[in-house]
Amino acid sequence: MAKKGLGYYIVVRALMIIPTILILYTIVFVLLRILPGNPILAVVGTRNIPPEQLRHLEHLAGLDKPLIAQYFDYLWNVLHGNFGVTLASPMGVPVMDYIATRFPATLELAIWGFTFSVIIGLVTGMIAALKRGGKIDTTMRIYSIVAYTLFIPWLGMILQYVFGVVLGVLPTGGRIDPRINLQTITGLYVLDSILTGNLPALISSIKHLILPSLTLGIVLSGAYTRLVRNNMVDVLSMDFIRSYKARGIPGYKITWYALKNAFIPVITLMGLQFAILLGGAILTETTFSWPGMGTFIVDRIEYRDYNSIQGAIIFFAFFVAVISLVVDVIYALLDPRIKY
Amino acid sequence: MDRRIKPKSLLSPLAKQLTSRLPGRGLLLAGLAIVLLFMGMAVFAPWISPYDPTKMVDKPFLPPSLKHFMGTNRIGQDVFSRIIWGSRIVLYVVFSATLLSMAIGIPLGLLSGYRGGKIDRVLSMFMDSMYSFPALILAIAIAAVLGPSPMNTAIAIAFVYIPTYFRMIRGQTLSIKSQLFIDAAHALGIPDKRIMLIHILPNLAHTILVVFSLSVADAILTEAGLSFLGLSVTPPTPDWGYDLRVGQPFFLNGQWWLVFFPGLSVMLLAMGFALIGEALSERLSLAQSI
Repeated sequence: MAKKGLGYYIVVRALMIIPTILILYTIVFVLLRILPGNPILAVVGTRNIPPEQLRHLEHLAGLDKPLIAQYFDYLWNVLHGNFGVTLASPMGVPVMDYIATRFPATLELAIWGFTFSVIIGLVTGMIAALKRGGKIDTTMRIYSIVAYTLFIPWLGMILQYVFGVVLGVLPTGGRIDPRINLQTITGLYVLDSILTGNLPALISSIKHLILPSLTLGIVLSGAYTRLVRNNMVDVLSMDFIRSYKARGIPGYKITWYALKNAFIPVITLMGLQFAILLGGAILTETTFSWPGMGTFIVDRIEYRDYNSIQGAIIFFAFFVAVISLVVDVIYALLDPRIKY
Repeated sequence: MDRRIKPKSLLSPLAKQLTSRLPGRGLLLAGLAIVLLFMGMAVFAPWISPYDPTKMVDKPFLPPSLKHFMGTNRIGQDVFSRIIWGSRIVLYVVFSATLLSMAIGIPLGLLSGYRGGKIDRVLSMFMDSMYSFPALILAIAIAAVLGPSPMNTAIAIAFVYIPTYFRMIRGQTLSIKSQLFIDAAHALGIPDKRIMLIHILPNLAHTILVVFSLSVADAILTEAGLSFLGLSVTPPTPDWGYDLRVGQPFFLNGQWWLVFFPGLSVMLLAMGFALIGEALSERLSLAQSI
């Protein structure tokens, strides 16, 4: 297969996300439909509602058909970008409308949190590797364990308290100052502010992003710290580093070469971390009242709106599958040793 | 080479780790100390808890003092008593969840790795898809449908950790299967079931122990996350994640004890298990490299 080249690999890998999505879709569908409870009655509660209205609601949710028909109907709709309609307050709004405004918020938070985690991880890991065996190395190791076990809402609230309440320099919730009028193009506020040349919006959206993404970044950085450290220690003991030293190449350049070589396994971890990042984003969003997918799912749980929950989760499944594809392709592009 | 481990020595990695000066001994001892402290709190809660955690025992919002070590919350409940009783809930949920996912993940992983073929491909594909999905989000969906109760939370958490055990056990089974003593067992005509249970499973003990510690640490954070989102217990049951959520608005007004102590407990307990897992996995990789 190796001779067929990168294009072939990308196509095969892209086809492989189809079964992944189908399996996830099936799991979510089965879980939400087989588990006890009638979603409609859950929404309207124990109130007596006229049977025709109940039937209308069931029709809206597509629950009046046999399970197997529901399965394929819903799949068909999803493939056409229709993730069903909401079942409660307000009723009958396409879930996709919510996803369209909520998802960019989550994506923006995820990108920034991801960036913070990689930067913190690279710096701490590099320092630990350069000072290996010493006190700093041990400190960084303890940091990597502690960071991983920090409870996101707890860390978030402490940061809110310190920077938002005591120092009063950063906002504790929301995406942007509500008084600022920002024309949205992509839904990513920082990017939109730059595209429209709106400086106050840019400053405000960055200020709102710092605390939530720092929270997410710190918690996720521990894994990178350890990986970067271990890889760099390995690379630094290789022959080519010794010959660089013998040739009198300055230390910072050697560090750079070592870091470059230690980076490839980090990319694999980035792919794996992305799922954890999205899970963490839900907790971060709730802590910082960030209007993303996480707060959307949590809101909908309060209304017991299973249609929306199902839609949001299946959308996540698509997204996760696409990200893992992108990571694999980047990996193949960067490392010529990968066999595909 | 006989790699079989006698049942008596199943816990040998743990015992050895404690008695010998191998690297990671400090981590292990620290982890064990933390975990035992919380387990003691959970077991002896009725005796050591100074107040009823669900009753109003004093004025609301009292700061930490000698009478109330961790202050009182918005309805005058004693925060310290709620932390102690809360350890029961979290340990109950997390241990039931972990045992449940082990009970499903380990046999499936063993079967999949040992048998190979179609069954392996189908199971692996299922488990890999589940593994790639954010665990917390899947757990939220299940917990939301099942409704809030400790057992339902345990089921939701158990479900999302099955692939973790499956993948680890499958991988280890594959590598053990290719060793000579398994060939010998085949040659002796020992049935597959017996080979899996008597010859392979004991050799997985250490791996299981490592994965157990690390997944419990993770499950503690997931449980806290679910209860933070209001999906685990119903009030007035004492629960760390829920108390954290309820305390948030008051925390930002300066009543720091409402949030600080529950969050610290979550972190310490998760860290205790993470330290044990860390020390054990270090010892495992050490043993493999020798």
